[in-house]
Amino acid sequence: MMRFFASRLLRAAITIVMVVTFAFIVLRLSGDPAQIIMGADAPPEAVDAFRTAWGLDQPVWLQYFHYFGAIFQGDLGRSMRDGRDAIVLVTERIPATLALTIPALIIKLGLGIPAGITAALHRNSFIDRAVMLLAVAGFTVPSFVLGLLLVLVFAVQLGWLPSGGQESWRHAILPIITMGVGGAAVLARFTRSAMLEVLGQPYIRTASAKGVPWRSVVWGHALPNAAIPTVTIVGFMVGSLIAGAVVVESVFSWPGVGRLLVVAVANRDLAVVQCILLLVAATMVTANLVVDLLYGLLDPRLRNQPKRAAA
Amino acid sequence: MSAPLVSLKGLRVSFDGQAALRGIDLDVAPGESVGLVGESGCGKSVTWLAALGLLPGRASISGSVKLDGQELLPARPQVLDRVRGGRIAMIFQDPASSLNPVHRIGKQITEALRLHRGMNGAEARAEAKRLLDQVGIPDAARRLDAWPHELSGGQNQRVMIAIALAGRPELLVADEPTTALDVTIQAQILTLLQELRRETGMALVLISHDLGVVADSCERVCVMYAGRIVEQVPTARLFEAPAHPYTRGLLGALPPLHGPRRPLSAIPGGVPEPWAMPTGCAFAPRCAMHVSACDANVPEQVSLARNHRAACIRATLPAPHPETVYA
Repeated sequence: MMRFFASRLLRAAITIVMVVTFAFIVLRLSGDPAQIIMGADAPPEAVDAFRTAWGLDQPVWLQYFHYFGAIFQGDLGRSMRDGRDAIVLVTERIPATLALTIPALIIKLGLGIPAGITAALHRNSFIDRAVMLLAVAGFTVPSFVLGLLLVLVFAVQLGWLPSGGQESWRHAILPIITMGVGGAAVLARFTRSAMLEVLGQPYIRTASAKGVPWRSVVWGHALPNAAIPTVTIVGFMVGSLIAGAVVVESVFSWPGVGRLLVVAVANRDLAVVQCILLLVAATMVTANLVVDLLYGLLDPRLRNQPKRAAA
Repeated sequence: MSAPLVSLKGLRVSFDGQAALRGIDLDVAPGESVGLVGESGCGKSVTWLAALGLLPGRASISGSVKLDGQELLPARPQVLDRVRGGRIAMIFQDPASSLNPVHRIGKQITEALRLHRGMNGAEARAEAKRLLDQVGIPDAARRLDAWPHELSGGQNQRVMIAIALAGRPELLVADEPTTALDVTIQAQILTLLQELRRETGMALVLISHDLGVVADSCERVCVMYAGRIVEQVPTARLFEAPAHPYTRGLLGALPPLHGPRRPLSAIPGGVPEPWAMPTGCAFAPRCAMHVSACDANVPEQVSLARNHRAACIRATLPAPHPETVYA
């Protein structure tokens, strides 16, 4: 167990380092922050001064080295635009993003999983077809299209809800629905196929053959097995709680981490972009780690693997 | 034969319009052991899955299944749940995948004890341990906490048998219980089933494609072909006086243990597809004794001797030597 955990932790650390390195290189290849932030008309001396001030005149490998050294001292750099600490800039946006992504996650789970189970239990019936039709629709329509459609109907036509901004809880409704619907559709399809796979297994027939009522067969025998593959997708959704709202936040002008990322990338505000990517990588990697541990909890076959390998 | 425990009459099953069972008539007496043989796809397993309502929803089932005179086709789910595992238990071919991988062995046994004998907690656990002892699993107390993947195939099948015994059934249907196991383990499981039958007095239906397995374990053998029973015969008579040409063909395909070596005879042709079933006897196209009358009607079972019936209009003729039938 300790060895399993240690190897996963090491892999997680390597993943984060790779993400940060990749972002560092791409951002420096794709545009000059000094030119962009100072503006195209800025005198060359001012641009040079800016470069020197931010260390951009140093060789890239040295910048990279300094950057990593600073990370290990807990310093994620400062925004080139307003000079504030990048980490402060990012963390103050997190609550706004979570205010969208957590309710959306609840919708995904609360709608997607029961819909998938119901469809599987009524395979090939009207219910199944209806659920799957909705799921395919929800899954294929991109969130920016769905977002705009919802704005068109509920904000522009009906005037029930605001089309963007963050003034009240009513402003959150449309972005939450936009995100929740797509995720619920993905989860419904996934849960359905996981359930169908499990319901066809011989142990389900065994449970029925020993007189277990069908309700208990579904709850006690099928669901715990179907949960194993479903956890992967849910883990992915949890992992994208912080970064998963980039498009929706942009559509609805919601001042969260996603919008900050879009603005920071456009401005080549290196420290801010890297800080966000570091955070995203860390949450994703943590969620994956939790999923791996959950697998062990849900599936005794995986739990015993190291022991069997040793034997 | 005393009043049957289970009585199947005209049992028919089709999947998406394709007939899988074409009228099964079979009685099982209390305490009796019956073998059901036939090649893959002849409907051996489907017969009992249908009788217990274990087929998927797309199967359409007709006919009659009576348990002690009570009709089970159709029966309310509550009635079926009492019968399954309580009065008729069933074990399956692949023991490793027939046990739920995420439940411990003990839990899977006590679940049946709770459902059929109202046992809970320590009482159920003690009984589960006794059942594991009874089916010959060593270190039963510790094995209660094992997961199915930690046991061998043979041990898993013993666990399946323990679960089946938990409800004290009057009939155990064993669907190819040894097919997935090593030969030595096969013999152990078959011996165990015989011992348990003696101890508990339950009836046994043994489904197998292996005539040898059935002949060793059963008092009576039913030979199935293309969704029907073509011959019912006491095991002793099976080898002496097989009546249906298909049964004779099966016996002719067995390697002899004594006498000179001879080439094994195979039955020519293949089983007709469900959508191309002959109007008369389904075996007629492959039959060495075929005459034109065979194609007229599906043959009824005719009585040949006490407890010996065959569905063949030519069954009363003396059997030619197997070698000459399919030379």
